[in-house]
Amino acid sequence: MKITAHQKAFAMVLSLGLVAGCSSTGDTMEDGAYGSDVEAVDQDGGSTVYGGGDRDGVSSSDLTDEELREREERAEQEAMRNITTFYFDFDTAEIKPEAREVLVAHARYLENNPNQQVRLEGHADERGTKEYNLALGERRANAVERFLIVNGASRGQMETVSYGEEKPAVMGSDESALAQNRRVELVFE
Amino acid sequence: MTNRTRTPGKTSRIRYACQLVCAFFVCAVLGSGPASAELTIRITEGADAAIPVAVVPFAESGGIPSSDKVSSIVQDDLTMSGEFNTLAPEKMLSLPSQRSEMYFRDWRLLGQRYVLVGQLSRSGDRVEARYELFDVNREERILGSSASASANNMRTLAHHISDKVYEAITGVPGAFSTKLAYVTLDRASGEPRYRLQVSDVDGKRARVRLEGKEPILSPAWSPDGEKLAYVSFETGRPAVFIHELASGNRTRIAEFRGLNSAPAWSDDGRSLLLTLSKDGNAEIYRMDIASKNLKRLTNHWSIDTEASWDHTGNGFFFTSDRSGGPQIYHKSSENADPRRITFGSRYNARPRPDNEGKYVYYVHQRDRAFHIARTNLKSGEETVLTRTESDESPSVAPNGRMLIYATKQSGNSVLTVISADGGAAYSLPASEGDVREPAWSPILH
Repeated sequence: MKITAHQKAFAMVLSLGLVAGCSSTGDTMEDGAYGSDVEAVDQDGGSTVYGGGDRDGVSSSDLTDEELREREERAEQEAMRNITTFYFDFDTAEIKPEAREVLVAHARYLENNPNQQVRLEGHADERGTKEYNLALGERRANAVERFLIVNGASRGQMETVSYGEEKPAVMGSDESALAQNRRVELVFE
Repeated sequence: MTNRTRTPGKTSRIRYACQLVCAFFVCAVLGSGPASAELTIRITEGADAAIPVAVVPFAESGGIPSSDKVSSIVQDDLTMSGEFNTLAPEKMLSLPSQRSEMYFRDWRLLGQRYVLVGQLSRSGDRVEARYELFDVNREERILGSSASASANNMRTLAHHISDKVYEAITGVPGAFSTKLAYVTLDRASGEPRYRLQVSDVDGKRARVRLEGKEPILSPAWSPDGEKLAYVSFETGRPAVFIHELASGNRTRIAEFRGLNSAPAWSDDGRSLLLTLSKDGNAEIYRMDIASKNLKRLTNHWSIDTEASWDHTGNGFFFTSDRSGGPQIYHKSSENADPRRITFGSRYNARPRPDNEGKYVYYVHQRDRAFHIARTNLKSGEETVLTRTESDESPSVAPNGRMLIYATKQSGNSVLTVISADGGAAYSLPASEGDVREPAWSPILH
């Protein structure tokens, strides 16, 4: 059961990575974030739960299935929260289905940590006009903000800013670069 | 500016290249420092029906500065416009400087329609130019005038003469004495350097007006040519500034929550159209500059932005994606219902009308490429003007005859000038990095 949760988180991380096209241009992604996410899952989930079981047989019997599930869920959500960049199709601000679960994790975290502030930075790729892209970046940041609010975050925790096409994550004009530049980044402060 | 760009031999390096895509460097890209980074002209395409004009080197008396040869600059201006084919001085049979020295038969033999001659004389700090333009076929003088400037201002003098010659031949005022504002981006040092610059229309005499590591966008000239409005991210968010060029004084005019962008001046210079999202999403507002009072001019859940007044000064064009993708709309007055102008493709944005109400120019997507196109406002006919494929930010010259826009050449953003019907072109690449967001000034007085 635990393994399943890990696998699920891993698959989530992986699929988002693939969406971002990071498999082919891994060197351009920031901080190698996707790789370290997976390790974080193992440490957290693995040591806590298994460790409890080995200590004089006390903890393991105290953990109900429910608690276990909660912990796993928390670990899974923490892993997901390492993903802070969300991608969009050309000229749209529609949140992709595969991003939803991760954004829900962020929303829950913000709900549980009301003093946490986050800045939502909207971006567009270089195609089209600069001013329209500025508005498009804002629309994307607003879409993410609304999604987070619906799922528990409060408006006061968030600030949105659009950079339009001015701050590309990746230089270049090929489809992979463009796809990585159409994004909203969550910056926790 | 480097010394080499001032050398008298520069003109001879400018060659009129008529073949499509035979772009070549005219001036070597010189290793000038980034703060004075200049644009260099590359003529990429000539007009089909260019008028042959001979600009005879002006006679000189009394210590005329050897750099910035007036007649060479006039010749470059006329060539650049794409409407003229100028004759290289070494092909001339004689070098007259006044009417009594003109042999029209010689110029007919050389296939010239017009000949410009002149004399420069210096008195004290000033240089006076006396110049005459002749119609070769009619053997008539069609222009005779004089103008003067201080000796370190030969470029101003030359552009003034170009304007007069252009007007005498075409009937339309020249725009060679106007200025360009644009933004350069230099990433060479690792940290990006954005520089708002103002130069002559040929890219010379560039001066940095604002510099920083945050983006600068959408410079817009006030109608008197004395101020620029633009968007700067220097506070970490987009805000609109008004910048007085002579004093360097700046005012942050709009810094509401959300977007503050796309400034466009009214004809009287008293108000700005702005895109603000303070009320939820991108809408167009008019701001009275003195009082900062706002009037909201659009109200729709879609993106409304990139407004530009029309030639009447009562209505305006703008981009809206209310139909599902960005398209050009027009409101004939602030309260009129918007009328959709473009239908030809799914992406049309950033309208810039001419000042006669004939055409509106904009960015137009065809397949995967972004071109500059224009629509005839009477007939609705749309014409794609450019063959380049990543085109942005069209800006129309104040005489309506030329258009400048930003495009990409081998990965770098460059400025390109074309005639308003798409016929001729020259490009202005920066010596380093990108140059983008061109804005053509009004006629300056």
